[in-house]
Amino acid sequence: MMYEVRDLQLSLPDMVRKPLLGPAPKIDILKGISFDLPKKSVLGIVGGSGSGKSTLGRTMVRLLEPSAGHIKFDGQDVSHMGEEKLRPLRRRFQMIFQDPMSSLNPRQRIGRIIAAPLELHGWDNVAQRAIEALVMVGLPESFAKRYPHELSGGQRQRVGIARAIALQPEFILADEIVSGLDVSSQAQVLILLEDLVRELDLTLAFVSHDLSVVRRLCDQVIVMREGLIVENAPTATLFTSPQDDYTKELLAAIPLPDPDQPFN
Amino acid sequence: MLCSIQSYAMRDTRSEIRPKLGIRLWLCGGWLFCLVLGALFAPWISPQDPLAQDLFAARLPPFWVAGSEPGFWLGTDSLGRDVLSRMLHGARLALIVAFIAGTLTCLIGSTLGIFAGYYQGWADRVISRFIDIWMAFPPVLFAILLIAVIGTGMTSIIIAIIIIDWTRFTRVVRAETMSQSVMDYIASAQVAGRGKFSTMVSEILPNLLPTIVVLLSLEMGIAVIVEAILSFVNLSISTDSPTWGGMIAEGRISIHQAWWVLVFPLIALFLTVLSFSQFGEGLKDRFDPVLR
Amino acid sequence: MIAYLSIRNLSVSLSNGPEILRSISLDVDAGEVHGLVGESGAGKSIIGKSVLGILPRAMGITSGEIWLDGVNLLSLSVAQRRRRIGALAALIPQDPLTALNPSRRIGPQITRRLVGILGWSKSAAQARALELLKEVHIENPEHVMRSYPHELSGGMRQRVLIASAFAAEPKLIIADEPTTALDVTVQKQILRLVGEMQARHRTALLFVTHDLGVVSKVCDHLSVLYAGMIVEKSQMRSFFAAPSHPYSRALLAASPKYDDLSGGLVPVPQAVIDQLDGEITAFDKGSRT
Repeated sequence: MMYEVRDLQLSLPDMVRKPLLGPAPKIDILKGISFDLPKKSVLGIVGGSGSGKSTLGRTMVRLLEPSAGHIKFDGQDVSHMGEEKLRPLRRRFQMIFQDPMSSLNPRQRIGRIIAAPLELHGWDNVAQRAIEALVMVGLPESFAKRYPHELSGGQRQRVGIARAIALQPEFILADEIVSGLDVSSQAQVLILLEDLVRELDLTLAFVSHDLSVVRRLCDQVIVMREGLIVENAPTATLFTSPQDDYTKELLAAIPLPDPDQPFN
Repeated sequence: MLCSIQSYAMRDTRSEIRPKLGIRLWLCGGWLFCLVLGALFAPWISPQDPLAQDLFAARLPPFWVAGSEPGFWLGTDSLGRDVLSRMLHGARLALIVAFIAGTLTCLIGSTLGIFAGYYQGWADRVISRFIDIWMAFPPVLFAILLIAVIGTGMTSIIIAIIIIDWTRFTRVVRAETMSQSVMDYIASAQVAGRGKFSTMVSEILPNLLPTIVVLLSLEMGIAVIVEAILSFVNLSISTDSPTWGGMIAEGRISIHQAWWVLVFPLIALFLTVLSFSQFGEGLKDRFDPVLR
Repeated sequence: MIAYLSIRNLSVSLSNGPEILRSISLDVDAGEVHGLVGESGAGKSIIGKSVLGILPRAMGITSGEIWLDGVNLLSLSVAQRRRRIGALAALIPQDPLTALNPSRRIGPQITRRLVGILGWSKSAAQARALELLKEVHIENPEHVMRSYPHELSGGMRQRVLIASAFAAEPKLIIADEPTTALDVTVQKQILRLVGEMQARHRTALLFVTHDLGVVSKVCDHLSVLYAGMIVEKSQMRSFFAAPSHPYSRALLAASPKYDDLSGGLVPVPQAVIDQLDGEITAFDKGSRT
């Protein structure tokens, strides 16, 4: 198993309702999540805004620490591991962010952005490896000298992918990576990801609010609502015979490019 | 193995454009450059001894007004001292104070600001409360009081400026750091395994630099003003070394007989402060990769 | 007979040269919904902004006519144009968060236009706002009127903005990606609501979107844009039955289709992009001579 997640809970202080004095009240974002993610499989995590899907993802790569429950990565319990002990593990699980503008340091060149993590883990030939990663995601070598704002949205997202794969991780979390893109860039990025998963033997968790982009990529889909998993099923089953009402509602709400789709 | 991916590789179609330096940067930089040269070589290029009094040559007008004398280009004051020479010597003090006080204020204020903004928690609480208390003092009165206690002199002026103005840097840098810390590139550095301090230095600091440069140049201008104000109230260096503020104070008395004693140092002060602030803005526009 | 909104040969360019819109023509009649589809940078939002006279400072209309209710807006003075647009047209914006002033209550934000521009009495405007909030299916409208924007969910805010757009009974509404920031389930409700309001008030609606799925749910006609040029203009059903331009077909193939495992998510082929670039070069040459 790449990931074993058991009864995962997470609550954060609610700054909006914080009283003038004293601690802020806690709100529960994740309310007991359990699932297994086998190696070399692709998991879709789907839900509306506020469902906790991104929080779940960020807890899996330990950007957040769970309040209760366990996350095992490749057999090791990482739920409360300190940053020092996590560091060697960090190379093995990487993340691609939703907003490619804010996830790329605006004042670093692309080559530097990709090479910095490699340097950090003590690799050699980092500049060369960064360029190889760029080429793998279909960008020209000359992009290494550019700044993020000089790229289009789709190109920036490719840089995000290049940065993640350059470290040769075993697991990648893709957090809403196509939601800000045009349909054609969306298709390109998804196909790129599909190819990379196959060719690099990656395990992937794909967080999305849009069920329609999940079908092609994922083997298994988790549907989340208000911090809970309402359905966990193989992709084909989920799309052909959804069990939970919320899943059915989500599916029915996707506008297909077809005037005859029942939509009321 | 990757032929399938390269088949839809993108083309790089951008052409390299280098922006022009801009008239603003040239003008401000030019004035500051001349000023630095003038200050550096003041003892050699000054037409007269700035301290030499000659009561027979008192209140000579500048060179284009009838009654002027050669050698006294911008006229003389009521003690017959040459205005141009005094301004050149005054520039030395003004610039030394601007560079040293500006840089130190910037270093101290920005360091506190970035720590408060990035580590937050108790570091932020201590620093922020301290700023709140600090800002409740009237700054110039505070500086005057300080100099009255520790005595006049260059060091006192520099310390006074730092004490008055570090909060300006700390507040702005702290706010900017906080808004950068929530960006995903910080999370991304964490995912890559970068430590907290290293993230602050290598990821956040480069994004603060444009703001810091602008603040620093502004601060240098402010330092020139503060120095002038302190000279004006006679709390600067010893009374016999020429300062712009001191010249303005003296010129004020004889404004009706000799306007030039007041006006020329005032123009120099104005141009210098303006140039400092515009120079910083210009540098940012020219060298910030995000704006280019 | 001229259509209610008729845009003829509209060209817009940046002040330093590059063309944003290339001789756009389209008609929208009362009670009709016209979809503007394209990828980002295609200029679809710019069309709506040109009509409303809210182009960014760096852009200007270089030629063309915009007829609204029988008057060419571009022949009017700026003040006259503004008054006319204010009385006849309204906008449903994309981002329901930034479109509302965070420091004012909802009520005054809806009534402001009625009182300020159209000279309604305060109580009449108040009553009208309440009625509109009911019309967009907001339960407890009195409470919402007194709320601040941050107290409402994204879907609620978008409902408020729709109510506010219909407040002055405009005859033309421009909806600029009104559901892009929303969840699919909320999007479905909002799309239904927009359709319902549009039909009841018989407004002409210009609907800007990047999503062909959304177009198939709300539009009667559509124009597909690429780089500021209309590459295909068609009746909605005939478009989805048989799109004629290769780019339209490619966009359709790129749209995700969850009901069809083999289909969907095909990137636009390079050949199609080359063809489009060729068409644009040809157009630019033709317009220059």
